[in-house]
Amino acid sequence: MEPLLTAHVREPNSFTLEAFLRHGGYEGLRKALTMTPDEVIEVVKASGLRGRGGAGFPTGMKWQFVDKKSPKSRYIACNADESEPGTFKDHVLMERNPHLLLEGCAIGCFAIGAKVAYIYIRGEFFHVQQVLEGAIAEAYAAGYLGQNVLGSGFSCDIYVHRGAGAYEAGEETALLESLEGKRAQPRNKPPFPAVVGLYGCPTAVNNVETLSNVPLIVKNGAEWYAALGPEKNGGPKLYCVSGHVRRPGVYEASMNVTLRELVEGYAGGVREGRTLKAVIPGGSSVPILLPDQLDTRASFDDVQKAGSLLGSAGIVVLDDTTCMVWLAENLLHFYRHESCGKCTPCREGTDWLYKILRRIDRGEGHMRDLDLLGSVSSQIAGKTLCAFGDAAVTPVVTTLKHFRHEYEAHILEGRCPLVAPWRASQPVRA
Amino acid sequence: MSFHPKMIYDATFHKSTRTLAEEGAPFVYTPDHRARLVEILGRYPPTQKRSAVLPALYLAQQQDGYITASAMRHVAEILEITPADVEDVVSYYTMFYTKPVGRFVLNVCRTLSCALNGAERVTEAICDHLSIEPGQTDSSGTFTLCEVECLGACDRAPVIMVNDAWHECASPDDIGRLLDDLRTRGEAAVTGCHHVIEARSTGR
Repeated sequence: MEPLLTAHVREPNSFTLEAFLRHGGYEGLRKALTMTPDEVIEVVKASGLRGRGGAGFPTGMKWQFVDKKSPKSRYIACNADESEPGTFKDHVLMERNPHLLLEGCAIGCFAIGAKVAYIYIRGEFFHVQQVLEGAIAEAYAAGYLGQNVLGSGFSCDIYVHRGAGAYEAGEETALLESLEGKRAQPRNKPPFPAVVGLYGCPTAVNNVETLSNVPLIVKNGAEWYAALGPEKNGGPKLYCVSGHVRRPGVYEASMNVTLRELVEGYAGGVREGRTLKAVIPGGSSVPILLPDQLDTRASFDDVQKAGSLLGSAGIVVLDDTTCMVWLAENLLHFYRHESCGKCTPCREGTDWLYKILRRIDRGEGHMRDLDLLGSVSSQIAGKTLCAFGDAAVTPVVTTLKHFRHEYEAHILEGRCPLVAPWRASQPVRA
Repeated sequence: MSFHPKMIYDATFHKSTRTLAEEGAPFVYTPDHRARLVEILGRYPPTQKRSAVLPALYLAQQQDGYITASAMRHVAEILEITPADVEDVVSYYTMFYTKPVGRFVLNVCRTLSCALNGAERVTEAICDHLSIEPGQTDSSGTFTLCEVECLGACDRAPVIMVNDAWHECASPDDIGRLLDDLRTRGEAAVTGCHHVIEARSTGR
């Protein structure tokens, strides 16, 4: 499949309005404004577009759930808090094709009857924020945003809201809390944001890549879009390949592509003299797949069938130098740091898991620690307000399942048997 | 019961090690920053001034280099919330500093993809060059080293965020030159975002 979302991102000035218009930009918005809001939602529903942020929930349904009878304002909150380890697709989209996102936001606002969209961007993406704000200024000046868009009577404002370093802000209700000026901590659901969202008003929270798909659907039709991929997994998809590969990067393909094509084809496979050990297919929060599962199609449904999740499509490739106990420890350091602290099992449990893993990695563990890891994990998963708890235990559960012998080797030998050349040279810094 | 004798469960928990912000000099925004904040407040409904707390704190940090208790009170007054509300936010988000930091804050990504590509060695090289450990500022007050979690540029690992600028594809061997360049040329020394570099090389 020819790239659609990233077709022109390597051209000079790809981020400007002039370049965007040259490639047929804002035609989707123009067409949407000739339709009724319900027709727009119907097209998005018919296309089968699924949320690209991780959960894969149908976007059209999400928009339909937005409470239109409510007398309150409605909002679009665009989730640009891209923080899942291994994921960097929205980064490219916003930086090199920002008008596509703005067009998607405007169509979304029109469809659900919102006047304002907030793009919640992570604080570290300061350079991206500047590009987005430049693009917004251009769009206002050219009449694609603001009062009476393209003479249609529809008005829409888009603002960028900068976060300040919190992974949890990527959870939809925590994002809304953060937008309201509070700690990014999740809310109890239900009520879902579609009913009680930002400032208590009906809100649709959509990922950057999801909204960037919307103009294509409106412009080219639902059938065209759905036919781009396997059933229920239509449209173009951005895959982020990183870790031990020759050519890490963002690659666009239809969801017919296999993990093998992505890892060995697009990304050039593992480096000279190395062999593939495992692949994390959808960001750090999903179970590991083994080399014999590489022929799995990289669609939401197929990856799930293989026992993992496509998540945010952040594919992390691990070669034979990777110690799996270290991997779990590295990721639990992340989850322990990023746990927002609202739910006790997650706040305390991630700290426990990290400390147990660190002890094992240093060769000070006991065999009974392996059962303890399992028991602490089962006390976190499913017992928290948001999906963070389940995500945080996944690296532990999945490495224990597939690489238990490595844990045992650490304990029996009293040291890490596989210290990679890319680790710190002094163990105290590791 | 000493089920796990080697584990300390309480004192080392990272979230209990935070300290209160220092009082600092009396704080008011410069007229420029105040005007900027007023403009930002226009983005949110008039009854929702609190939404501007993150931008307000960024402005305060830009002004003083870090956030003091008196700055938090000033922000609270403008946004019509309590100082505790502001402190709640400051203590939660990692990008706000409550004590002075060096002229350059070197945020080295330590999460998986960067670690797989040698981030630990990059951190180690910075520690050795500056004789500091992560979390510390060097004796000249020029550099603060922090280890941060995933920055979202895993294809250009390891990544260092220098203040708001990015230095990508870092290598332990380049650290000495990077630090020297930062001292002499400031933020212009970092490689920047590779997408930007690519664009520049093709004539942007």
